[in-house]
Amino acid sequence: MPSLPKAPTGITGLDEITGGGLPTGRPTLVCGSAGCGKTMLALEFLVRGAVEFGEPGVFMMFEENAAELTANVRSLGFDLDRLVKEKKIALDHVHIERSEIEETGEYDLEGLFIRLGHAIDSIGAKRVVLDTVEALFAGLPNHAILRAELRRLFRWLKDRGMTAIITGEKGEGNAITRYGLEEYVADCVITLDHRVTEQISTRRLRVLKYRGSAHGTNEYPFLIGERGISVLPITSLRLDHAAPAERLSMGIPRLDEMLGGHGVFRGSSVLVSGAPGTGKSSLGAKFAEAACRRGERALLFAYEESSAQIVRNMRSIGIDLAPWVKKGLLQIHASRPTLQGLEQHLVGLHDTVQAFRPAVVVVDPISNLTIERSDAEVKPTLMRLIDFLKQQQITTLFTSLTTGGSGPSAAEDSQVAVSSLMDAWLLLRNVEFNGERNRMIFVLKARGMAHSNQVREFVLSDTGIALVDVYLGADRVLTGTARVAQAAHERSAAELRREDHERKLRQLAARRKAIEAQIAALNAESEAEEAEVKFAIAQETLQEKTTQQNSADMAQLRGGSKASNGQTKGKR
Amino acid sequence: MSTMTTATTTTTTATFELRLYVAGQTAKSLAAFANLQRICETHLAGQYRIEVIDLTKTPQLAAGDQILAVPTLVRRLPEPIKKIIGDLSNEERVLVGLDVQPVKE
Repeated sequence: MPSLPKAPTGITGLDEITGGGLPTGRPTLVCGSAGCGKTMLALEFLVRGAVEFGEPGVFMMFEENAAELTANVRSLGFDLDRLVKEKKIALDHVHIERSEIEETGEYDLEGLFIRLGHAIDSIGAKRVVLDTVEALFAGLPNHAILRAELRRLFRWLKDRGMTAIITGEKGEGNAITRYGLEEYVADCVITLDHRVTEQISTRRLRVLKYRGSAHGTNEYPFLIGERGISVLPITSLRLDHAAPAERLSMGIPRLDEMLGGHGVFRGSSVLVSGAPGTGKSSLGAKFAEAACRRGERALLFAYEESSAQIVRNMRSIGIDLAPWVKKGLLQIHASRPTLQGLEQHLVGLHDTVQAFRPAVVVVDPISNLTIERSDAEVKPTLMRLIDFLKQQQITTLFTSLTTGGSGPSAAEDSQVAVSSLMDAWLLLRNVEFNGERNRMIFVLKARGMAHSNQVREFVLSDTGIALVDVYLGADRVLTGTARVAQAAHERSAAELRREDHERKLRQLAARRKAIEAQIAALNAESEAEEAEVKFAIAQETLQEKTTQQNSADMAQLRGGSKASNGQTKGKR
Repeated sequence: MSTMTTATTTTTTATFELRLYVAGQTAKSLAAFANLQRICETHLAGQYRIEVIDLTKTPQLAAGDQILAVPTLVRRLPEPIKKIIGDLSNEERVLVGLDVQPVKE
């Protein structure tokens, strides 16, 4: 089964929602209240058809005249005069003044058919817009004839194979159109809406019906920007962006180390949240600068400072952005967030990204955009933005201001709405201790990489940004001067210990020497004793010998050997 | 259509310049022309001129007088321009539309 042929509108986003455009050769009803952009949508459909798709078109208007319309759309870059001259567009203003007209007897609207047919034939039109055909109801008193003729007109358009847009005013209550045009145009119905919430206006588009085709059924915000209509989502219904494994440095080596050693993935989104003055903008600027250093383009959206102010302030911490701006690698777009609604900002952002094609985008801060909106509203819009950037493989850093509450989870709480959309989340926090405030950085999450669970101190100095290990004590984390003091303290303690050891060694050596001396003394003593003993023994031996000699001598003197016998005899 | 075009009246000092837009020789067109001629002869004898324009032959003329419905009778002179749509079957309303005082019989 071939799918329904569709005529692309060329309107950003609309072709994605409708799966390719409006039904070819059939009328589409576009309705909404006054000022919601019906005419603009219809005209852009026609102009883009004529310019981009080679399908000339007839614009039949019942309210504005040709000169007014031409003037109104010139600001969008549509030069109707030229297109008319080139026979790509035909304009016909149908005007009926009730007071000039008297009605008597039977009639039909063949004149309208003839005019339209003539305009179609004169340029070989494929597309037709009738804006707003309902004006006829005010001009012609006989509605029965009018309805019959309108039914015939839509039939006739179909028979001629015209891809047509019929615009209609929104009716009272639940009615789609005031005069029930939806009865006659049943193939495709698009409703437009213009709502003001919290003083900020948002236009929304919805495809109510599309016979024979799948379509997105949500309400999508849309804008009339400098380049015509843009319907969000830019990325429509899919979640199929590529996931490159390439890693990008954040510009701070120690931070890359915390993120698995190589920084974040290309095409991922990074949230940096923190209380005021924690260094979010500096981190963002550093990230952009790092991209420029690699020779990539970076785009910085600033909603708090002017671009001159950013350049000056970043220079004070050793980040010089000016040369990159001059080189054309860095663009800074500064504006007030309250200037427009969120959608308007996002479309502006989208347009700028499309034009500049950066590798890295920094939005500083995203929280200012979302400030007046409820989470439910903001999340889908941001999701669309993030999806769009991911599909372009653009790495994005969003900073987000938190309330700076003192509770341990205050910083995390306020970010729940957007954090789930982010691939990596860095949290900056002020720690007040010991009479000073110091910045700390954590990696709260980083999808798909081993990341550090450690807290680091985040130091901004005139030489740049650095991360320093904090002192982790038994029951607290020390930063700033306390960390320095603690380090000094530790250094001196180590010094002392070292000296103590040396002293102990010296003592030991001394003792050993003393003991050795004692041993020597004892040895000497024992040697002396030994010598004495030997001497005594020698003396005694000598004496004994001498005695024996003496007695022998005496015996000899007394009788020779009988001396001893004499003793024996004597006993007898 | 030739029947209608030849029937254009002869007066040279026309104060009423009328144009009847039709789309082909339909019953409504013919009825409108017949009705118009009758009314003009009755109430504006010698002061009118009728021009019949068939839009099926000259569609480019439809935009100039802002023609939507056919038949449409346009009073181009005297000014201001007035338009009467329909087959002109109601004589009274046609006279009101043309701002003509009916001739008493």
